[in-house]
Amino acid sequence: MSAQLAVFFILAAMAVAGAVSLIVQRHPIHSALSLIVVMAALAGLYLLLEAEFIAAIQIIVYAGAIMVLFVFVIMLLNAGVEERTSLSRTAFYAGVPLAMFLLVELAYRVERASGPMAAQPSPAAATRGLAMLLFQDFAFPFEATSILILIAILGAIVLAKRDV
Amino acid sequence: MNALFARHAILLVSMVKIVVLMFVLMTSLAYLVWLERKVAAHIQGRWGPYRVGPHGLMQPLADALKFLFKEDTTPAGADRFVYFLAPFVTLSLAISTIALIPFGPGAVQIFGQRTPLVIANVNIGLLAVFAITSIGVYGVALAGWSSNNKYSLLGGLRSAAQMISYELSLTMSVAGVLLLAGTFNMSEIIMAQSGYTWGFLPRWNLLSPTAPQLLGFFCYFVAAVAETNRLPFDLAEAESELVAGFHTEYSSFKFAMFFMGEYASMITVSCLATILFFGGWLSPFPQTAAFAWARYLPAAAFGIAGIALVLNGLRYSTAWGRVMLPVMGILLCALAGLLARPGSVDFLQGPLWFVLKVLVILFVYIWVRWTLPRFRYDQLMGIGWKFLLPVALANIVLTSLAVVLHK
Repeated sequence: MSAQLAVFFILAAMAVAGAVSLIVQRHPIHSALSLIVVMAALAGLYLLLEAEFIAAIQIIVYAGAIMVLFVFVIMLLNAGVEERTSLSRTAFYAGVPLAMFLLVELAYRVERASGPMAAQPSPAAATRGLAMLLFQDFAFPFEATSILILIAILGAIVLAKRDV
Repeated sequence: MNALFARHAILLVSMVKIVVLMFVLMTSLAYLVWLERKVAAHIQGRWGPYRVGPHGLMQPLADALKFLFKEDTTPAGADRFVYFLAPFVTLSLAISTIALIPFGPGAVQIFGQRTPLVIANVNIGLLAVFAITSIGVYGVALAGWSSNNKYSLLGGLRSAAQMISYELSLTMSVAGVLLLAGTFNMSEIIMAQSGYTWGFLPRWNLLSPTAPQLLGFFCYFVAAVAETNRLPFDLAEAESELVAGFHTEYSSFKFAMFFMGEYASMITVSCLATILFFGGWLSPFPQTAAFAWARYLPAAAFGIAGIALVLNGLRYSTAWGRVMLPVMGILLCALAGLLARPGSVDFLQGPLWFVLKVLVILFVYIWVRWTLPRFRYDQLMGIGWKFLLPVALANIVLTSLAVVLHK
């Protein structure tokens, strides 16, 4: 087994274990921490695919910014251990078969779709290429998205300030 | 054995480099604390550590032993797993960024393998450093949350909000440097700063003829002080309001880990400032015949320091100091002699200039801490969002314009 394959399996196991732990944990902070493990493992997988820029952005944006916000809100609201209700038990019994079905379907699709992969550009060129795509070819959608986010921020401020 | 060695040479060489760098880093962490206490004392007109060893030089050892032998307590009602995890996260993340810092242009021979003076020379060096520091906030936030103490929780909350806010300015302030260098690779960023304006002024990014990064450096430094939770931005600790903030409940070695983490991230941030704005390992003097004497400056500095140490040590109050200080001085002089040899003088130029610049920035860091009072929390947020971020954005716009016009 090559070293790369071994690293892949370690990271994949980390990601799956983190995802399972995310659902099983009863405390929101523990769930959030599990999600961070998933993000970090995914970043590692991106590195294996030689997508260095995406890996770094995955950590900076998801693990470093968005999850910090999650943890911050959980801490601020002082959320406690979640309760098990009859509804959550129903969701559990309905969810397990559905999850199994999804897994089988995914496995089937991946099995059928596995063909030769496209040639990869060198890692150094990848960042440059990504920048060209974002700021030249897709400059309009990119700017439109940023305006959308700005509108969302303004909306949040308006909602928050209404009571003051 | 030899076949195995040949196959895993890069792994073994990296291991050796990691062990050496860990040793150097841990020693410099200990003496950075000593330096901080000395500088603080002299700013306040005191002597600082003076009892343990001559000039208090054995103080770090005494501190470490004391930390090890203190009782390690866990507060009642604490989330035990997270409570144990937090100091490890803080320290390991703070230390691991050092792996990405290049210390010199040369290469060393380890086991017959030529290898550069950096553990991981990656294409996304700068981004990787920011990725690691951006996770660093969890150590502080989780420590505050898991301690089951309102002061700790407030400290953790404050630091989480503060670090998110200042990380933005920190990352933005560096964009100007990236525009000038056109790469994320640390060694290439340094090499892009080589050369001299008018034959003597180094072309470091701070003094770049295209677009001087004065604003960028200002933003970087302020944001970096806030990111490392140091005065005047140490709202996460704020002794006067929150006892000791996020590490109120931590004792013994777990507290020491937070302590070491803070100083390790100080070193990282200073190394990064050196690389991004002060030309890394590049010498401030042009490499021409007229400035040939400048190559011997590091060696001369060691020699002068050694002689000063001998003269001072001979008049020291304790007998132990009268022996130890002159011996150290003589060792420094011998080191200077070794450095001045033709073989080593060129090789050690880079690392010595690098360390010198980092030391100057660290000194300014400590100086700022003991000079400025703490900001109020709303002032902190105001500075971050309403002042620092717009300035950093303006810097990006100005630098982009300059780069485009220069082409």
